[in-house]
Amino acid sequence: MEATAEPKTKDHAALADTFNKDEARVDWHDKTLWFIRQKRDKAAWQIPDWEHLRETASQIKHNVLSNLHHYLETFEKQAQQNGVTVHWAADAEEHNRIVHGIIQKTGITRVVKSKSMLTEECHLNDYLAAQGIDVVDTDLGERIVQLAGEPPSHIVLPCIHWKKEEIGQLFHKHLGTPEGNSDPQFLAAAARVHLRERFMTSPVAITGVNFAVAETGEIVVCTNEGNADLGVQLADVHIACMGIEKIIPQRKHLGVFLRLLARSATGQPITTYSSHFRKPRPGQHMHIVLVDNGRSERLGSEDFRNALKCIRCGACMNTCPVYRRSGGHSYHYAIAGPIGSILAPGLDMKKNADLPFASTLCGSCSNVCPVKIDIHDQLYKWRQVLAKNGYVSETKKTGMKGMAFVLSSPGLYRFSGAIGRWFSRYLPFMVNNSLNPWYKQREMPQAPKESFGEWYRKNKKKS
Amino acid sequence: MVSQKQKEVMSSREQILANIKKNQPPLVSLPAATQSTTSGLPDERVHKFVTVLQAIGGQVVPVNSWDAIAAYVSKQFPPPARTINLVQELANDHPLAVLENDPHQLESVTLALLKGHFAVAENGAVWITDTRLGDRALPFICEHLALIVHADAIVPTMHDAYERIAGEAPYEFGTFIAGPSKTADIEQSLVLGAHGAKTLTLFLLSGN
Repeated sequence: MEATAEPKTKDHAALADTFNKDEARVDWHDKTLWFIRQKRDKAAWQIPDWEHLRETASQIKHNVLSNLHHYLETFEKQAQQNGVTVHWAADAEEHNRIVHGIIQKTGITRVVKSKSMLTEECHLNDYLAAQGIDVVDTDLGERIVQLAGEPPSHIVLPCIHWKKEEIGQLFHKHLGTPEGNSDPQFLAAAARVHLRERFMTSPVAITGVNFAVAETGEIVVCTNEGNADLGVQLADVHIACMGIEKIIPQRKHLGVFLRLLARSATGQPITTYSSHFRKPRPGQHMHIVLVDNGRSERLGSEDFRNALKCIRCGACMNTCPVYRRSGGHSYHYAIAGPIGSILAPGLDMKKNADLPFASTLCGSCSNVCPVKIDIHDQLYKWRQVLAKNGYVSETKKTGMKGMAFVLSSPGLYRFSGAIGRWFSRYLPFMVNNSLNPWYKQREMPQAPKESFGEWYRKNKKKS
Repeated sequence: MVSQKQKEVMSSREQILANIKKNQPPLVSLPAATQSTTSGLPDERVHKFVTVLQAIGGQVVPVNSWDAIAAYVSKQFPPPARTINLVQELANDHPLAVLENDPHQLESVTLALLKGHFAVAENGAVWITDTRLGDRALPFICEHLALIVHADAIVPTMHDAYERIAGEAPYEFGTFIAGPSKTADIEQSLVLGAHGAKTLTLFLLSGN
C-alpha cells in the first residue's frame, strides 16, 4: 500500500524551508513556472470557445463518474475484443504484482517505461528493482531524476527544479559526456543516443494512459518526445497502466480533451504525438492494467469526488504561488501542487495531513483547471476533515482555539489588540523573533498607535 | 464498503466494480456534442495550419505536383540516405519500400515518406493510421519524417477531426503527429529531435 512506501520525515513547511534557503534558486523556479502559466494563457486565449470547452470537459467527466461502472465494463469488453488482456488491481501492491507477473513471463529483465504518474503513485520502479528488473524511464526529464535517484518534482516537467549545469554534471557522471558541457541541445542529443540503445534492446514497454475510450476500447498516449511510441513499437509486450478514472465515453470526446490538455499543460496547441492504441500489432501482446487504489472509495465522497476528473496537465502547479516557491519535492507525494494536495490525504490522511495547508486558498488553481475541479474549495474542506479527525498539529490547534476565544469576546479582543500594539511598538523583539511563525521571511508591520475602533470612538465625538 | 467476508471471495475486478456501483453518484447526462465555432474558409484553414505547424518546428513545403515532391526529396536526401517511401504516387522516382517484419531494422532509416489522411488547422497535427505506416515504428524511429497532406484535407479543429475519423475505415493504430519530436526538459530550452524524428517536412499538395 501507498502508506507503507516511505516513512515521512518532514512536513511541507519544513521541506519548503529547506528549498527556500537558496533565494536566487527560488526566484528562478518561480519565474520558470510562471512563464509556463503565461504560455498557457496565450494558448487558451486563442480559442474563442475556451471557457465553453472547459465546461464541456467538466460535464463529460461528471457523466463518466456517474456512469463509471458501465463505462469500465464496456471498455473491458471492447479492449478484449481488440485482443488486449485487461487486468484489475485493487491497490498499488496488486498493480505492481500484476506488472511484474507479465514481465516475469517474458523472462527478460530490461524494461523501458514512458511517463506514468500512476506508476509513480504505486512506486512501481522500486518494486520492480527489488525483483531484479532494470526499468529505464525514457522521458528525458524522468531519466534525469531517475539517474539522480529522485522522484519527479512536477507531473509534466519532472526535472523543472534542475539547472542545466547540474544536468551536465549528472550526465558527465552517468553517460560520460564531457565535463562542464551544459548545453541543452548537446545534453538532449547525448540522452537520445543513450536511450536509443535501451529502446532497441527492451522487449517490454510500460506506458501510462492519458485517455481510455469506453466505446472503442482504445487508449491514447500523448508525448512530445516520442518515447512512448518508440518503446511500444519496438517491444514485444506493451503494458499500459491506468487509473480507472481515465475512461471517457466516446472517441469524439477526445476532441474536447486533446484541445485542452497540451494548451493547459505547456501552452502547446497539441503534443507532438497523440497515439491511439486500439489493437496490438500482429505478434505483439498488449496488456491494460486498471487500477483502483482508493479511487472507488473517493467516488462516494460528494466533497472530494471531483478530484477524479483530473487529466494531469499540471496547470494548477504552474500557477500556484506556494508550489512555485516551495518546489515539488516539498509535497512528499508522487503528485505535487494543489491537485496532489487534495489527492494525497484521500490515500493516507495521517501522512499527508500537512498538504491541504500548503496553500493560500487563492483559487488560481481552480481558475486554470481544464476540467474545472474545485481544487481550492477541496483544500479548504480537507482542512476541516483533518481537524475533525485530529490530524492538525497542536500548535495550529492551540492557535486556532486561542483565536476563536479572543474573537468571541469583544472586550478581550480590544484588550489583546492594545497589548499587541504596545509590544510591537515598545518591545518589537517580542514579535520579531523566530518563535513567531509569521515572522519567517517577513518583517512584521509597524503597529499603529491606536486601533480603528479607538480612532472611530474619538472622532465620532468630534463631529 | 464491501464487507471483509465478501472481499475474500470476490476478485479485485468484482470488488472494484461493486464499490463503484455503490459509490457512483446519480446519473448525469452527457453534454451536447461540442461543435467548433471557428470553422473558417478553406484558405483560412490552410493559412492557420501552415502558421501553427511552422511555429511548432515543422517545415512546410507547398507543392502542386507529385513530381515536385519527388524532386525535392531527391535533392534534399541524396544517396547514401536510406529513404523508405510508402507513397504509391512517388513510386516512379522513389521505389516503394518492402519492409521486413522487424521494426529494429528501421533504425538506420534517414527519411520516411508517408501520406497523411488529413491535417488539423488549429494545431498543425497530421492524422495517419497503420494502413499507411508500413510498420508502426517507422514515423518514430526514422531520423527525418516527411508527410504529404492535400490542401483540401485540412479540417479546422479536433472536433472536425474526430467527425472525419468516424467516417473513415477503422484503424488498429492511429496517431496525430504535430511537428518534429521535441523536449524542453532541460531548463525549458526547446530542443528539436528528442527520441523521434529530428525534423518534420510537410508537403502541402494543391491541385491534382
